[in-house]
Amino acid sequence: MTTPRIIGYADQIGAAPGDRLRFMVSCEGIDRYRADIVRIVAGVGQTKDPADQYRTVETTVDGLYPGRFQPIHSGSFAVVENCDVFASSNRGFSVQALIWPTLSSRACQALLSQWCDEERAGFALVLDGQGALALMLGRADGSVEVVSTGVPVVERVWHFVGASFETASGEVNLYQEPLAGSAHITPASVAKSATGLLPARPAAVPLLIAAACRNNSRPLVGLWHFNGKIEAPRIAGRALTRSEMEALRAPNVPSSLAPELIAAWDFSEDIETDRIRDRSPNRLDGRLVNLPARAMTGHNWTGTEMNWSHARDQYGAIHFHEDDLYDAAWEPDFTLTLPRELRSGVYAARLQAGDEAEHIPFFVTRPRGEPSTDLVFLAPTASYMAYANERAGIDAASTEVLTGHLTALSPRDLWLNAHREAGYSLYDRHADSSGVCYSSRLRPIMNLRCDHIQSWSQFPWQFSADMHIIGWLEAAGHRYDVTTDEELHRHGLAALAPYRVVITGTHPEYYSTAMWDAVRAYLGEGGRLIYLGGNGFYWRIAYHRQLPGVIELRRAEDGIRDWTAEPGEYYHSFNGEYGGLWRRLGRPPQLLVGVGMAGQGFDVCSYFRRQAGADDPRAAFIFKGIEDEIIGDFGLIGGGAAGIELDRYDLGLGTPSHALVLARSEAHTQMYFPGPEEVDNVMSNLDAAQNPLVRADMIFFETGSGGAVFSTGSIAWSGSLSHNNFDNNVARITANLLQRFRDPAPFPSPCG
Amino acid sequence: MTDHGQAGVDPFRMDLVEEFRHRPIGAHSGDLQRLLNLMRGEPLKGKYVLVCAKPGTWMLAQLSGVRGGPVSMMEHEVFHSREQAEWAVFKLRWRRLTGRQPDF
Repeated sequence: MTTPRIIGYADQIGAAPGDRLRFMVSCEGIDRYRADIVRIVAGVGQTKDPADQYRTVETTVDGLYPGRFQPIHSGSFAVVENCDVFASSNRGFSVQALIWPTLSSRACQALLSQWCDEERAGFALVLDGQGALALMLGRADGSVEVVSTGVPVVERVWHFVGASFETASGEVNLYQEPLAGSAHITPASVAKSATGLLPARPAAVPLLIAAACRNNSRPLVGLWHFNGKIEAPRIAGRALTRSEMEALRAPNVPSSLAPELIAAWDFSEDIETDRIRDRSPNRLDGRLVNLPARAMTGHNWTGTEMNWSHARDQYGAIHFHEDDLYDAAWEPDFTLTLPRELRSGVYAARLQAGDEAEHIPFFVTRPRGEPSTDLVFLAPTASYMAYANERAGIDAASTEVLTGHLTALSPRDLWLNAHREAGYSLYDRHADSSGVCYSSRLRPIMNLRCDHIQSWSQFPWQFSADMHIIGWLEAAGHRYDVTTDEELHRHGLAALAPYRVVITGTHPEYYSTAMWDAVRAYLGEGGRLIYLGGNGFYWRIAYHRQLPGVIELRRAEDGIRDWTAEPGEYYHSFNGEYGGLWRRLGRPPQLLVGVGMAGQGFDVCSYFRRQAGADDPRAAFIFKGIEDEIIGDFGLIGGGAAGIELDRYDLGLGTPSHALVLARSEAHTQMYFPGPEEVDNVMSNLDAAQNPLVRADMIFFETGSGGAVFSTGSIAWSGSLSHNNFDNNVARITANLLQRFRDPAPFPSPCG
Repeated sequence: MTDHGQAGVDPFRMDLVEEFRHRPIGAHSGDLQRLLNLMRGEPLKGKYVLVCAKPGTWMLAQLSGVRGGPVSMMEHEVFHSREQAEWAVFKLRWRRLTGRQPDF
């Protein structure tokens, strides 16, 4: 089976005319490929011929390009330049740290190293193939001496580890000691060996924490990535005794040891950044590669404080993973300067070689304050990033029980299975089973594709599902602009203010505080919002303040979670905000859009039944020309407009009391269940076949400022738009809404 | 004692077999749902999945249970609907759970 041989990504998810976009491409076994730009005008299944989803746009990038392979180097570590353990090598050295290992079965994992593997020179403090602490010393003749405690560390238990090397005697001392507080009965281990050799100083290799250098070329490539937490690493310029190492563990270095100290890093400083700080007078600050997890509890976390910004000294640990990835950092293949006349919309760079084609999407927004029309599609790009390269269909055993049908893998899924280096989604776990809390878009994202069918649900998902909305707008001839979550986060209300109407995507699940505030402010100023999705406005996320294209999520106390954040690690490292569900932060989705997450199921979809609210004169415009009792009993997604993830009306959670329930879904199967936040106690009638709270409510309400909100409460809605050549009651309702929402006449307040 | 197979699966419940054959995906009776939860809850090692290389064609495959391990494809087990594939996998799992060759 052939898996994709052309892959790529863009440096921006959205850009305006005049902006430059760079495209990075990697080929395997392809010498040349053709690139051009297409506009996406339909979603998967909306056209008879899949090629009709795209319209070619002539640009300066059209042409043939040489294919080349570009590797991805995943795995996080810290780099410290100008830190030379061998500077006073006549006296030897000591290295030490506190560690919390999470995957001790790997062949070799470096904790601290100044090592060049090509030269086999330098030193590396590692966990060896047995998971035991070992010191590797590479000689000038290429031989390597390894001294090991021979005793495996215990996973997820804090240990003190230290090693010293004395040049005169050639003596190595190793210390591997579990810290008190664990029920494991594991003795402290020591090893002593007189090697008699002086390690060779590797040429031009920096000191690494949690990895070792493959060679001295740049950009650096790490190997022997450590999985687990590291805290308080220290290096001294002579062989310290065990008691001196103990003294050096303290946050403040004793003055007696100051002359010997090379570096003492404190990971509790600058937690919001990718920098690490050295508290020694040498100021050997370093930088982090591939975003290991910060704001992690340290060995001394007591549980009395949950917020790292209140007790930084208890959050001195960084959790490194062999499969962390921030920026694939490929060389660009071509650059597109967006033509001035290019209309706002959804586009892709199309890469073709023989029968193979890949589409790398991007959104063409408008220059700020220059809308081309009064309607904007708000692409939920944060949610696209949350799902980026999700592998639940391959890595999670439970998905078939969740969905009620077989998983079906695409060639892209097979590629993701084989290419772990492409990084994970916020739904996945790292190799050591810890949750993935950061996701970037600076890497190939195999499910950010117009024809994507999610393996385990077998539905179009996120970006590909949202193209059903774009396809409907195009087919119906509605003029629209597009914008992105990143624009909304960066510019707030200004991103939406030029527009009378905003249409969301099918599953705008992940919202930063700035995004949430901006949508609220937009509604406060009379904006009109058409929420065409389900399970929206659910999780709080954080964008990094300096690094582009990366978000953070802590799957905290509640919600549907594929992993759960560890105790004490519910606050975002990027900005210090408490993470988790917006509902648990006092902002249930109902407060914003009138409905909020009720439940989910992935077998089949259902329909809506019209409710009394549809007959209210205030809603007459919505049901104009529609006499049907049943709405949306058809569609590309599970055969109905009500399904996958469902939102419901709830006055107690903030639905405005004047909101009209226009229609309500019913007849969901026993495979639909409420989210944990809906379940205070467990009982045998949770599933939708017995639980009337698992349903979608289609609602409408005026905002009191001349604006209004319409919510479908269902992810599947957009899959029904194209039924019967776009002539159906779902498309009619959506068109009726759009027509009235675009009308500048204010919506009168129903409360007088 | 009835002649139950592993995990208490009754090999004589042909009514469940017929119910599944009629509708492999969607609303099911409680008894069929419990049987399917057993079948579908198999561990990752050897778990049946499909591979869809082109629209309308599904090939049977098994996961390795090792992160990143190869997906073993059964090139002679190809289906032209998901329902066909569900039925084939149901029979394989019926055999595993009851210890009996399905005669349906």
